[in-house]
Amino acid sequence: MKFLPLLILFFSSLFLGETTESNGYQPGDKATDFKLKSVDGKMYSMADYKDAKGFIVVFTCNTCPFAIKYEDRINAIAKKYKSKGYVLLAINPNDPEAQPADTFELMQEKAKEKGFAFPYLVDEGQKIYPQYGATKTPHVFLLDKNLIVKYIGSIDDNSDDASAVKEKYLENAIRALDNGTEPSPATTKAIGCSIKTKKKA
Amino acid sequence: MFFVLTSMGCSKLSAQIAVYEKFDAFEKAILKEDDNTYVINFWATWCAPCIKELPYFEQLHKDNPKVKVILVSLDSRKDLEKKLIPFVAKKQLTAEVILLSDKDYNAWLDKIDDSWSGAIPATLIISGKRKLFAEREFENFTELNNYVNAFINHN
Repeated sequence: MKFLPLLILFFSSLFLGETTESNGYQPGDKATDFKLKSVDGKMYSMADYKDAKGFIVVFTCNTCPFAIKYEDRINAIAKKYKSKGYVLLAINPNDPEAQPADTFELMQEKAKEKGFAFPYLVDEGQKIYPQYGATKTPHVFLLDKNLIVKYIGSIDDNSDDASAVKEKYLENAIRALDNGTEPSPATTKAIGCSIKTKKKA
Repeated sequence: MFFVLTSMGCSKLSAQIAVYEKFDAFEKAILKEDDNTYVINFWATWCAPCIKELPYFEQLHKDNPKVKVILVSLDSRKDLEKKLIPFVAKKQLTAEVILLSDKDYNAWLDKIDDSWSGAIPATLIISGKRKLFAEREFENFTELNNYVNAFINHN
């Protein structure tokens, strides 16, 4: 039965399409480093930051209303923790062919307009976000200096109104990491925009 | 909870949108374990893939008498009058639309389903004690209808 392998492939791809569980990182996992291009045209890796005490990896984009609501807060966190040794790296995971407002040029415009104080990187080929298990924007991963995942989730508990925030999940997690304790909660959930990919044929 | 009534120009149709500012009230009123099958779609006016599949849910509401379709908008409370109500009117949605504006997502997303990462669209089907949740999109009406019927016929 020559067609059997093909059939199996067909059915397994069907099941893959139905999968809801992501295979991304959990707290305690070691995250992959990357080498991605930022809006300044330079390549960035976490390995470049020899003295960093940790990394705040934020999957975000130009267009998602939640990402937009958080961009000033992300910028403030980047500035606040840079001096404390924590490096914020933002990665845009969207495929610009699926989301035309997320082209490299428009990312450059956004970074300039908002005065981003952090590298704003392109996930070229969309290879990094699936390894992390990012599913939406914004989606935050806090790593220690050895790239061990310490916290995954949202920045705080109120996307709408920064002044009404009660729990600053990310900043609390950074503080815990800085104090040598485990963040609690180590994961949080929030609504966000799905990451945009081209439909597979 | 309260209702906002809006009329669509000179048409007799009117959209009635219940607003839940707290998840607990939503849970009590909407997540019912009774004899009906509920297809509950989580969406928002700002979510492009959600808007794309809304017509399939509207058609499901019209064509599939076995299910009750509930379209749960996760828009902000402040966008009710200026965005959500005009959107529902423009798209001529006749399926039930409600607004769940509780922003403390971390407190309630898990209560819908553990597997929900928070991306939308996402759809929950409830029939008595049986539940099926998926953080996914539907490409067309047939795909959605088959998915729902497969759930109904699986006993």
